[in-house]
Amino acid sequence: MALSGMRGLSVFISDVRNCQNKEQERLRVDKELGNVRTRFKNEKGLSPYEKKKYVWKMLYIYMLGYDVDFGHMEAVSLISAPKYPEKQVGYIVTACLLNENHDFLRLAINTVRNDIIGRNETFQCLALTLVGNIGGREFAESLAADVQKLLISSSCRPLVRKKAALCLLRLYRKNPDVVNVDGWADRMAQLLDERDLGVLTSSMSLLVALVSNNHEAYWSCLPKCVKTLERLARNQDIPQEYTYYGIPSPWLQVKTMRALQYFPTVEDPNTRRSLFEVLQRILMGTDVVKNVNKNNASHAVLFEALALVMHLDAEKEMMSQCVALLGKFIAVREPNIRYLGLENMTRMLMVTDVQDIIKRHQAQIITSLKDPDISIRRRALDLLYGMCDVSNAKDIVEELLQYLSSADFAMREELSLKAAILAEKFAPDLSWYVDVILQLIDKAGDFVSDDIWFRVVQFVTNNEDLQSYAAAKAREYLNKPAIHETMVKVSAYILGEYGHLLARRPGYSPKELFTIIHEKHPTVSTSTIPILLSSYAKILMHTQPPEPELQNQIWTIFNKYESCIDVEIQQRAAEYFALSRKGASLMDILAEMPKFPERQSALIRKAEDAEVDTAEQSAIKLRAQQQMSTALVVTDQRPPNGMPAQPSIGPLSLVKVPSETVDSQNPGDQGLTHPNGVVYKEDPQPPSQDIIGDLLGTLSIEGPPGAVAQSPQSATYEAEGAPSAADAAALVPVGEESGSVQPIGNINERFYALCLKDSGVLYEDPNIQIGIKAEWRAHQGRLVLFLGNKNTASLGSVQALILPPTHLKMELSLVPETIPPRAQVQCPLEVMNLRPSRDVAVLDFSYKFGPTMVNVKLRLPAVLNKFLQPITVSPEEFFPQWRSLSGPPLKLQEVVRGVRPLPLPEMANLFNTYRLTVCPGLVSVIPCVSDRFMNLLNMFLLVEVELTGVPLSLV
Amino acid sequence: EKAIRELSGVILSRGPKLCNFVDWKGHKVVYKRYASLYFCICIDEEDNELEALEVIHHFVEILDRYFGSVCELDLIFNFHKAYYILDELLIAGELQESSKRTIAKLISAQDNLVEVAKEEASSLSNIIAQATK
Repeated sequence: MALSGMRGLSVFISDVRNCQNKEQERLRVDKELGNVRTRFKNEKGLSPYEKKKYVWKMLYIYMLGYDVDFGHMEAVSLISAPKYPEKQVGYIVTACLLNENHDFLRLAINTVRNDIIGRNETFQCLALTLVGNIGGREFAESLAADVQKLLISSSCRPLVRKKAALCLLRLYRKNPDVVNVDGWADRMAQLLDERDLGVLTSSMSLLVALVSNNHEAYWSCLPKCVKTLERLARNQDIPQEYTYYGIPSPWLQVKTMRALQYFPTVEDPNTRRSLFEVLQRILMGTDVVKNVNKNNASHAVLFEALALVMHLDAEKEMMSQCVALLGKFIAVREPNIRYLGLENMTRMLMVTDVQDIIKRHQAQIITSLKDPDISIRRRALDLLYGMCDVSNAKDIVEELLQYLSSADFAMREELSLKAAILAEKFAPDLSWYVDVILQLIDKAGDFVSDDIWFRVVQFVTNNEDLQSYAAAKAREYLNKPAIHETMVKVSAYILGEYGHLLARRPGYSPKELFTIIHEKHPTVSTSTIPILLSSYAKILMHTQPPEPELQNQIWTIFNKYESCIDVEIQQRAAEYFALSRKGASLMDILAEMPKFPERQSALIRKAEDAEVDTAEQSAIKLRAQQQMSTALVVTDQRPPNGMPAQPSIGPLSLVKVPSETVDSQNPGDQGLTHPNGVVYKEDPQPPSQDIIGDLLGTLSIEGPPGAVAQSPQSATYEAEGAPSAADAAALVPVGEESGSVQPIGNINERFYALCLKDSGVLYEDPNIQIGIKAEWRAHQGRLVLFLGNKNTASLGSVQALILPPTHLKMELSLVPETIPPRAQVQCPLEVMNLRPSRDVAVLDFSYKFGPTMVNVKLRLPAVLNKFLQPITVSPEEFFPQWRSLSGPPLKLQEVVRGVRPLPLPEMANLFNTYRLTVCPGLVSVIPCVSDRFMNLLNMFLLVEVELTGVPLSLV
Repeated sequence: EKAIRELSGVILSRGPKLCNFVDWKGHKVVYKRYASLYFCICIDEEDNELEALEVIHHFVEILDRYFGSVCELDLIFNFHKAYYILDELLIAGELQESSKRTIAKLISAQDNLVEVAKEEASSLSNIIAQATK
């Protein structure tokens, strides 16, 4: 069908469609925008036809996703045109381009009002549609009364009245305080007698909104709704054109039942009886048919009927009928019905006591957890979570754990949170609970928040019979070659506290415990080091008589950390070192770990605060909560110093630091009071140092989410996971490409350029462009890979693997398997440098375009200099340090010849790109940098450049 | 705009034979694919999904009737017509008319109004043209 004479518009649309790529399209669009802009500027010469054409072009450009920031005025002014064609365009384009808060809309209010109260029916329709779609507060204030009049006017035709009904609905929904609906109950009741089904459909929507706000006023409408429903369900007196695949307006049926759900009950016995008859008819009379649309429509009605039955709390018999139906649904082939079956079963759990009947379907629901469709899996998870109780917790939680390893990233967070909550709520015995949480950390450590492992520690601490069991379990997990950092934390903590209980078993000697914990040491981040240190101190304390070799090893570590830049770690190291040198008196200053007072789990409290329903929501909420969460509350009540309550089982292990050894301004102390102040300080003794307190306090301040759970959908490639593989892979010749797709530009040059700057193109070929943007902060960096598909076809089998050298820890968020045509995806990549090294990380990237598989290995510009941090030193500071260095490897001097002479500012610039700074005031140019790698390596990289043979223009 | 881009990612990556609903930011999106074209409606969590799904189909049937076996190109070149029709079907996100016949009648009445106005305009310009000869 040709556009009625609007050739310019058609031509423009074809032009845009013929563009080869996004860039061309942008050019064409920009050109058109410029054209439209100039035409609008000398508006005088525009015919109504031209104005219409340009306004349509603007809307089209807007639809393509470009910003259109002018011409709104022209669109709005068309509304006041006298002729229908212009007015129509004005109304529609305005409704699409502007939203309810736009200032220009105010200019149109008067015209719109005139159209609404005027005599021209078609103008009324246009105006009502606009207000119904974007009418805001000012429209409500000035137009609501007029619209109400139209709705009940006997002289208006149905086509105006149905629009008036929905227009009023919009105004009421948005501003219920402005629209006066007093006395509308009678009018609504009258409207429900309406013969025209279009008007009735619209009025029913309006009624739903009204009763949802205040059902009391609308009791008189209830019997009429039931009548309407009866009429529809029995197909009495329904015009053919209002049946949809043979079903009398399914939409009106659904809306009517929706309205009925807002009344708390149906009291009149006659009405109630007829309603239940209708519902029974719907429940029993709906069959699965071949035609998809008929099936959907009839099931839309059926599910609404189910909801109404649940709401009315029918007799048990009818309820079990419903559950039986749902049970049937969750096993059918049609995915929509499966989805709705699960969803409605979950709703059913909330309103009635049919759990036992639902439990019969448990096996089927668990099967749905493996459904190919994530929407259905989510509903299955919700349902399992809802139906879990003491009787089936073990089965359900174990299913969830099993599923966790294969679950997609989008669901893992929600899954692990739910599993943790269920395990805690319904644990039949505590050792099972410990098992579950440890498995959870093992399988999905990234998604296990601190709260969860704090809670395990609480339980273990409070239950003596659990302690040796937990220690043995922790020891088992430490045997694994690669474990999540959270597992390192919890295992180190538990073994430090309770490892000695098992000292007689083989493999549990203090030395062995220390070795296995310390093995994990190089891989952990700053937040874990304090826990490791505490653990070492405790192992040392429990080693009686002392083993000099072990002692020396641990002392060396304490020694090393005494100069750590992290104050928390430094202080611990210093204190533990001092304490442990006191030998036997160490015992005197140790107090036992007090039991935690019983309190509600932070986790369950959280879950109660915010019902988690979708992964995305939960992710956001969870993060928000983590920031303010009270984490664990730590008591300061302590038993008498140096008097372990039960010396026979060995001193329990809260290390109490006597106040004289520490400064009371310890930052750890702040950790104690920090989390929302829910701290019970029962001991008034002023400089109280509770190591566990500051341990946990520190964690709740500095601990992960930041480091561990940055992105919920992230694949972790930890260097320690497969160091040898990574090493080998890093040696793979770089830039080698397969297939016939040739890269554009020189890959090596691109890499070197990116070593010096933080954004640019890493790789490009005819199909794809990979850009990079990076930010660096101390030893951490955040890169974003921009994968841009240049084609009009999708790129499939997209895969990006990071092969990090051992010194880098890298986490790449999930890369989608396909990149849609001309789309760009962004994949954040977190980098952490563990120690200085010149090895380079490699991105192994592949995709499929048509039949061709393209694979490239690209070096990533996360190179040594990116982690440097320049500092300024004066000559007085510099020279003594420089002279005190004896020679290689700490001090290297090299003369580079044949360098093109450089003026000083350029030289400085060059160094700056390497993140070296040139310190002014030194006779020769001396750039100095401090390089703070992690906390353990605090070293200066001092460079002295003597410029020989270079014309110096020094001040 | 951002919503559309995000949603395309979610929906396009879903295979066939899955259900027509996806969770999205605390809402649900009901979508249906017709050849290479996807129609999406965003609804609240408690809304009736199948009802929304059939609204989509109803819309498509009406388009089909109007254009005579509608295809993607019809909609691209006549996107404004699609808007007119949508405005007769839905207001404030609620269904206002479920009769295909009524909608067809209204739309052709609108088309007529435009045609009449055009004829008037051209006859006017004829008169002017002749008068100025």
